[in-house]
Amino acid sequence: MSVVAGVDVGGTFTDLVWLDEGTRAVRLAKAPTTPRNQAFGVLAAFEQAGVDVGGVDLIVHGTTATTNAVLERRLSRAGMIATEGFRDIIELGRRTRPQAYGMTGSFTPVIPRDLRLEVSERMDAEGNVLTPLDEDALRAAAARLLEAGCESVVVHFLHAYANPAHEIRAGEILSEIWPNAYVTLGHALLSESREFERGVTASVNASVQPLLQRYVDRLAEELRDRGYAHDLLVMNGNGGMVSARMVAREAAKTVMSGPASGVMAAAYTGRRAGAPDLLTYDMGGTSTDVALIRDAKPAVSNEIEVEYAMPIHVPMVDVRTVGAGGGSIARVNASGLLEVGPESAGADPGPICYGRGGTRPTISDANLLLGRLDPSRLNAVEGGVRIEDVARVFEAELGAPLGLSATEAASAVIRVANARMAGAIRMVSLSLGEDPRDFALFAFGGAGPLHAVALARELGVPRVLVPARPGITNALGCVVADLRHDFVNTVNRPLDGADMDEVHAVFARRIEEGRALIAQESVAVERIETICSADMQFIGQTHLLRVALDGPAPAREDLQARFERAYWDRFRVSLPEIRPSLVNLSVSVIGVRREIDLALLIDPEGRRATVAEARTGLRPVWFDGGWTDTPVYRREHLPWDAVIDGPAIVEQLDATLVIDPGCTARGDADGNLMIEIGGAA
Amino acid sequence: MTPLDPITLSVIQAGLSQTCDEMDLAFTRAAFSPVIAEANDRADGIYSAEDGSLIAQGPDGLPVFVGAMQESTRVLVERIRAGITAAPEPGDVYIVNDPYLGGTHLMDVRFARPFYRDGKIWCWLSNTGHWPDTGGAVPGGFSASATSVEQEGLRLPPVRLFKKGVLDQEIYQIICSNIRVAEQRIGDVKAQAAALDVGAARLEKLLDRYGDAVVEQAIAELRARAAEQTRAHIRAIPEGRFEATAWVDSDGVVNEPLAIRLAVERAGDGLVFDFAGSSPPCTGPMNSVRSTTLSAVYLAMRHIFPDVPISAGAFEPLEVRGIEGTFLDAHYPRPVSGCAAETSQRIAEAVFLALVNAIPDKVTAAPAGTSGNFGLGGSDPAKGRNFVMYQLSGGGYGGSALGDGLSNGCSTIGISKAPPVEIMEQQFPILFRRYALREGSGGAGTARGGLGLDYEIELRRGEARASFVMDHGRFGPPGARGGADGAPNTIEVVRGGVSHVPQHLSKEQDIAMRPGDRVRVGTPGGGGYGDPFARDAEAVAEDVRLGRVSAKDAAALYGVAVADGAVDPAATDALRARRDREVS
Repeated sequence: MSVVAGVDVGGTFTDLVWLDEGTRAVRLAKAPTTPRNQAFGVLAAFEQAGVDVGGVDLIVHGTTATTNAVLERRLSRAGMIATEGFRDIIELGRRTRPQAYGMTGSFTPVIPRDLRLEVSERMDAEGNVLTPLDEDALRAAAARLLEAGCESVVVHFLHAYANPAHEIRAGEILSEIWPNAYVTLGHALLSESREFERGVTASVNASVQPLLQRYVDRLAEELRDRGYAHDLLVMNGNGGMVSARMVAREAAKTVMSGPASGVMAAAYTGRRAGAPDLLTYDMGGTSTDVALIRDAKPAVSNEIEVEYAMPIHVPMVDVRTVGAGGGSIARVNASGLLEVGPESAGADPGPICYGRGGTRPTISDANLLLGRLDPSRLNAVEGGVRIEDVARVFEAELGAPLGLSATEAASAVIRVANARMAGAIRMVSLSLGEDPRDFALFAFGGAGPLHAVALARELGVPRVLVPARPGITNALGCVVADLRHDFVNTVNRPLDGADMDEVHAVFARRIEEGRALIAQESVAVERIETICSADMQFIGQTHLLRVALDGPAPAREDLQARFERAYWDRFRVSLPEIRPSLVNLSVSVIGVRREIDLALLIDPEGRRATVAEARTGLRPVWFDGGWTDTPVYRREHLPWDAVIDGPAIVEQLDATLVIDPGCTARGDADGNLMIEIGGAA
Repeated sequence: MTPLDPITLSVIQAGLSQTCDEMDLAFTRAAFSPVIAEANDRADGIYSAEDGSLIAQGPDGLPVFVGAMQESTRVLVERIRAGITAAPEPGDVYIVNDPYLGGTHLMDVRFARPFYRDGKIWCWLSNTGHWPDTGGAVPGGFSASATSVEQEGLRLPPVRLFKKGVLDQEIYQIICSNIRVAEQRIGDVKAQAAALDVGAARLEKLLDRYGDAVVEQAIAELRARAAEQTRAHIRAIPEGRFEATAWVDSDGVVNEPLAIRLAVERAGDGLVFDFAGSSPPCTGPMNSVRSTTLSAVYLAMRHIFPDVPISAGAFEPLEVRGIEGTFLDAHYPRPVSGCAAETSQRIAEAVFLALVNAIPDKVTAAPAGTSGNFGLGGSDPAKGRNFVMYQLSGGGYGGSALGDGLSNGCSTIGISKAPPVEIMEQQFPILFRRYALREGSGGAGTARGGLGLDYEIELRRGEARASFVMDHGRFGPPGARGGADGAPNTIEVVRGGVSHVPQHLSKEQDIAMRPGDRVRVGTPGGGGYGDPFARDAEAVAEDVRLGRVSAKDAAALYGVAVADGAVDPAATDALRARRDREVS
């Protein structure tokens, strides 16, 4: 039995989940994030929870340190040494533009041009040396970069995925002269062709490495000072965790750390709740993260693009961001149509109802006007905004041009926002080859449960799963995550000509490597799982289709059959005329940790015997064109096997769930609510 | 009929747009042609059963198809009505690539499928995809010296390639016998047709949910509102007549520049684009067809007002005149392979140059505006097979009131991604010697033009022939409002150590190459915007530090003295004052 703590540092709040498996005690905390040094927020959360850091056996940490550094370009000074003639690769990009329409917009590369130097060396596509590495030039380049104040360095040579000898030799030379370990070799992080994507991935890695290392060192030290005697683990973007000692080496993998942990928590919760196929929906202030989970396994992508022309091609949980959140602004456009987003009031000034000076109508304000959020909470707002003030803005900015009352305008905002978000969620699932109607919607984040039922209706999704603690899902993900290592190997051969013995050997070697890495960690695991898959295509295609395998030794015919079936399922096209090609072999090695009892998340002592006892009142809520007196329940007071028929509102500390008329919510032993969506989509 | 509430309208608009999005996605992901799969050279849309007018098109469809496909569908509807083309039955899919029947060039192959409700055609679903080859004199179809369309490839009138859902093997075999790399086309044909199926399924659901009458009413209303939205933008343009001329280097056969003369006039809340006085139809392949010319005007306006949703209504207030008898409205058998990739971009450039003086805060100086098509065909002895390679390149965008132009942006009419150098070297017997920003190529201005691309390719083995269809070799992309022109396109072929520059500068066909021979290309920089002497001196110094502008140019073009990467304020004041004295 042990004591485990998960800490997620988000943009606004630092969340903590603390679990003592021995005494079955749970503590939760939500402290403001401290952007300058996130460690302070982490310590404040422990303090708020009133738990002793020294008594914790395992701390797992999800961080936005690298995400924010990349998005806000607060990066360490990194330099690059590239093949002669190719230092501009990361600036030229793939010859695109930020939007399909509009000839304006700009792009700034992660490493500026004057810190990108060239040395003479060249491989061809087959990995033959055409020009030997000029080692003296390399030394001189390194010296120049150091003189220019670079803290980290990238070596990015053409075709290093085919033959890394020059990059490896460059790494040896740099290890003698570079004053620290911040040396990123392009092929080491991503051994695939496509020099722009590989170069940017390596550049991002080098640019966040020193920041991440300093941050985790500081945090580990602060925790140690307070008596924590074990290894600090950090959540990776692939949904597995890795020791703070090793995390900076592949720092780029932490860029999706926060969203990945939320998705891992969803997969875990869904599996236990009998809903292993989920679309996760995390609605925040400015944006919404959507991900897909099939059979309790989150979809993983090697092709995440963090923003325009910023690809990070290492395996990470495939979380897509949709530009709509509680702060999205509604307006009537020049042709008289209502639009919601993408412009957002953000956190500051935020929606009108925050009372921080926001003056534009937002989704959150609409929820308030319709009684979906508790209007009496406005009293707690310091700026002293009254509901009439919000109504007046809706009346003037939206109602008047549309010929609607303030309430009708608010209802329209919710409807349009839901239609847009549903469309975006549908595109995410379709682009992954899945029909949204085969899934349950897993709603979390502060605003997720407000919209989930209506969205599910729009999507034709039959069920919505709301976890016990929607507001701290990311922190929970840290607690339940496994250890995980992903590998991708490029084969790129026609299936007919692939050496199957070699294929099996690659799988076996990578599995061995993953096991060895997991053995190095100080965390106990119950068992090791491996997931093998192949990326395949028809010869002549450029897009890949991931084909799941049931083991590391597939027969050639088996690969062929699985690919054809997957292709038919995805495109309804069969092509017996054309032969398939085997492009990549992927392996994930997962150290599965002991199961944690989620029932602890809501204190059993607080639960009442009946649903009626959990009821806190009745308030008018706008549904389907009219006001309905709607019962309001306290989530923490609901009996675990509660059954609630809509319309109903369920409130808890950090989230509000709206259950529309015709839908029924049922509680389960883990404290989840599963809502069956009634009525046709 | 009761008017529709604006909310239902928004929701149906989103539904129509997503239908197109889903078709685009299905087509791209399943396609074989790298031009479709990687470069997104395709578009999917929904068109009226009545006259083919555009109901909705995916926001990520290739811009140049934006107006062309409604022309193509209109012509198909008219031909069926006139009994020229066989009438459809459910499950039929037409194939057509005839440029003169509402097309672009032959490589853009359109599929059209009638969508039925209650036994009647309710609308058309159509898509276009760029096939890698449709036969003709040169692999890939971009023949710089073709003088008639027959030399450019196989021309298909609208015929039913699928009949009641089944591929007509006879037509398909005729096509395959007339095109190169035919063995993979079956994959594209199936993908292109399956994408229309996806659209049909989605549209079916939308109609079932909201009812046919409501959706029909919404479509009419959306069209009216898109027109109104465009008109509202037009009303913000000052009244008057705004003129510009854009130049095409040559037609590839006759080495003389072709003029696109444009006068844009605001008449009430409409805009008239008058092209009268442009050059007559040309001998070589730089002719445009009517549908492509219209499309180029529409897409240029959408670049200027990107918020108007794509529907026929958005184009209603735009009238194009004066193209009859010019090379912008060519008829059979004029060759047209340059229309979609090059001439359309010069037309868009003329629109930008005319309107940048009318609405200077909305329009940029001229972008590079060429697709930079470099084709190399030959045999690779190491792999024992023939190959056809394309290198399409980006260039600098024009500066604008919003800032400097983007470097190495894709063509005005495209949204495509360039293939990686590593993939090109895996597939073809070539070696890139350089792939870099073209230093000094951005037009000087208060906002500098973006930089072009500078690359050099060496043939490693075997024999090959190089062809170029590029533009802006004679004249760089024009600057605006006092900004300088971007650097012109350059081509140099070094054969056996001897340098060769194409006579037409940006176009030539069948240049023989042997191992060790090299091709060097510099793509155009974007035009500058505003007086370069008004550019922030610190920004100039940064350009010098980053090697975008030389210290010499900083002094000569911008009046900024930069020493050791920093502005020399006194010397800069002197330089800037001297020019001001000379000017006054």
